[in-house]
Amino acid sequence: MNASLPTVSVPRSLSRREAIQQILAVTALASTLNLRGFAAELNPPGIGFDPNLLKKEIPWPRLLTDAEKRTVTALCDLIIPADEFGPAASAVGVPDFIDEWVSAPYEQQVKDRAIIRTGIVWLEREAQTRFGKGFADSAGAQQSEILEAIVTEGTDARKQGRAFFKLMRDRVAGGYYTTREGWAAIGYTGNVPLVDFPGPPPEALAHAGLA
Amino acid sequence: MAFLSTSKTRAERYDAVVIGSGAAGGMAAYVLAKAGAKVLMLEAGRNYDPGSETPMFQSQADAPLRGVSTPEKPNGFYDATIGGWTVPGEPYVVQNDGASWAEGTVQNRLKTGQNFMWWRARMLGGRTNHYGRVHLRMGPRDFKPRSTDGLGFDWPISYEDVAPWYDKVDEFTGLYGSVENLPNDPDSPHFQPPPTPRAYELLLQRGGKKLGIPVIASRMAILTKPLPGRAPCFYATPCGRGCSIKANFQSTTVLIPPAIETGNLDIITDAMAREVTIDAQGRATGVHFIDKQTGKEEHVAARAVILGASACESGRILLNSRSARFPQGLGNGSGHLGRWLTDSTGSNLGGQIPALENMPLHNEDGTSSMHLYAPFSEAQARTAKAMGAPRGYYMAWGGGRQMPNMSTATPAQIGEFYGAKLKAEARRYFGTFIDLHARGEMIPNERSFMELDPERKDRWGIPVPRFHFEWSDHEVAQVAHMQKTFVEMIEAAGGKPHNPPPADARKVMTAGGSVNHEIGVTRMSARAEDGVTDSFGKLWDCPNVLVADGGVFVSNPYKNPTNTILALAWRQAEHLLSEMKRGTLAAPA
Ligand SMILES: Cc1cc2nc3c(=O)[nH]c(=O)nc-3n(C[C@H](O)[C@H](O)[C@H](O)COP(=O)(O)OP(=O)(O)OC[C@H]3O[C@@H](n4cnc5c(N)ncnc54)[C@H](O)[C@@H]3O)c2cc1C
Ligand code: SF4
Repeated sequence: MNASLPTVSVPRSLSRREAIQQILAVTALASTLNLRGFAAELNPPGIGFDPNLLKKEIPWPRLLTDAEKRTVTALCDLIIPADEFGPAASAVGVPDFIDEWVSAPYEQQVKDRAIIRTGIVWLEREAQTRFGKGFADSAGAQQSEILEAIVTEGTDARKQGRAFFKLMRDRVAGGYYTTREGWAAIGYTGNVPLVDFPGPPPEALAHAGLA
Repeated sequence: MAFLSTSKTRAERYDAVVIGSGAAGGMAAYVLAKAGAKVLMLEAGRNYDPGSETPMFQSQADAPLRGVSTPEKPNGFYDATIGGWTVPGEPYVVQNDGASWAEGTVQNRLKTGQNFMWWRARMLGGRTNHYGRVHLRMGPRDFKPRSTDGLGFDWPISYEDVAPWYDKVDEFTGLYGSVENLPNDPDSPHFQPPPTPRAYELLLQRGGKKLGIPVIASRMAILTKPLPGRAPCFYATPCGRGCSIKANFQSTTVLIPPAIETGNLDIITDAMAREVTIDAQGRATGVHFIDKQTGKEEHVAARAVILGASACESGRILLNSRSARFPQGLGNGSGHLGRWLTDSTGSNLGGQIPALENMPLHNEDGTSSMHLYAPFSEAQARTAKAMGAPRGYYMAWGGGRQMPNMSTATPAQIGEFYGAKLKAEARRYFGTFIDLHARGEMIPNERSFMELDPERKDRWGIPVPRFHFEWSDHEVAQVAHMQKTFVEMIEAAGGKPHNPPPADARKVMTAGGSVNHEIGVTRMSARAEDGVTDSFGKLWDCPNVLVADGGVFVSNPYKNPTNTILALAWRQAEHLLSEMKRGTLAAPA
């Protein structure tokens, strides 16, 4: 949608009263736009009210720095490592998704951006304090040590890092399980056209106590 | 050429101008054009083609921000809606905390104190492109609620009057369901076989049995068998995105294409109707509309004007059709225009079912909606009455192994795990969460109505509506009963409810309008002084103007309105055709 005010064309047949009405309408709209921090005037732009649904176009610039992205990537793979169910988060583009997410101009994402950026600074400092190097440069075991501290009741790391890590975990898992690799990892087997819907197979019915 | 590229190429005069292209406008245009009438459809939104625009198989990862809700796409990126709670340049005004007025925003009442929300789709096909496809019939009691329990108002027509039209609609749109012979939830002779229930639904059905709440096949306008030109559902893609194989009902796939084929329908999209014009005798002469492409006001002449812009938009057009003869708006001689606004009540409750953990993998997509549901039972009716809730609701649900979204793997109930443990937990819990919701009947009340805002205009200078809305104690008590029943149902299914029943049901109730069943503002009546239209939707004050949408509803039972809108619109169009043939239509020559 165009954020600028609508152009008012005043065709000849308009009466004076109607012309004034149209002008008033524009004034009313102008005050609306001033009042409401709304998507139509997002800066940078959002996806718009009528995006092409068949195309993924991200109109906003990515905001994470290379250094931030390195920390995010390390976190991604600690949160979702490769295992028998599927690849690690970084192998399916989750770090870039986190960048897409935190760079978005909407209220929720702007909030997340603040938490995640502050969290990254804290995490890097925590690693410096503990190991004398940044988080992304620390060894896997060292990185895990910090994450373990965050999820352990009563630690300082938990007090400082919990909200950030929980948010990061949720966003990374969200980014991961929405990919086709993530579908396989969680056990989602749909999105395939069927002639008939068979319903639960006998082993599922038995499992649920319905047999 | 059905789609007029500019409003200039329209004919001098039409038999009928139809405003809106959703359920109401689509049906009116279809029936009239099929019968040979020359019809012009005005649609405020843009042209929309489900065949080429529907993202059928796309994953959330194929969408910006994994398809989550944003202010511009409030039901998510893939939702087949252009519009939503906010339409740029088209504000509306609602009561804020009962005292002040505010522009309606995307936020829910639960956050802002706003008591009404208004969802509008600006596109060919309107809200039928994405709606839930729940197609229920109103029952005999739903047409005569006042005679049944002394509350609300009776319709001037009965179930028997509408039943043949339900039959025609059902045969044409297609729907699935099961024959149950329930007293107030009539079956359809055209039910197609319902899809097999999912495991969690079978648990709910078994649980319902223990509570005396029958859980039966849902009734959805989704094909499980082919109809001419339409494929059956292939159980893979969410209906809310629309359906490019035409397996569900959508005005743009089912009504508008055959109407266009007749050669009798012209359509102007991006055409915002502003008011109905009137001659000196008080008969409608046509419609003033704004061509959004040029910003210019245009007029089209017609023998009859059919309003199918959705209840509150049609109400707004009538309120804006002020003239020396009708200073309070067209059809408002009785003072009922804009009054008796209702929506369905709604609330929900989530839960988790341990028996479904680590389930053997299988595909639970199905028709993307519930395969079973629970109409209001006699057992519920008794206990609800005792709690002060005279009217009913149905229960439905979502859950199971659906396409993962941003929050699927990390619901609040699972721990703070990460790494291999998180992956194992995500797999274990996948598909074990259910969410029960209910849609209930609201009794029309004096405090819920729409009017024009005294100051606000939209970007074309058209006065915008202002909404007053209050639930009465009846609805609050009903939601308290819903919540209690959700807890019982989830527990009876072997699950753990996320919350106990709330102390104050108001806290978990939807805001008015947010269930999208807002209707009633141009109600029909047996006598001119009691309503806006007669039993065919013709304005008492101006019979060549007809309301085809849910504005004419007299009650708002727990039966989603679209099936009834379609049936009444068909019935109305046939009535109009017969009047046109007989020459009794009060239109200018
Ligand atoms: C998320 C959701 C789920 C739903 N689920 C169900 C369900 O399961 N079952 C059910 O029965 N109902 C459901 N509904 C409600 C259903 O969508 C409506 O009852 C139905 O679409 C109403 O049809 P209508 O033709 O009156 O209005 P709409 O479908 O809204 O169509 C109105 C059309 O008129 C156009 N218009 C408006 N004003 C003007 C104007 N001034 N000039 C020109 N054109 C105008 C609009 O742009 C729109 O295209 C749901 C709604 C939503 C939003
Ligand atoms: S679930 Fe079936 S009807 Fe709905 S969109 Fe998919 S294929 Fe179409």
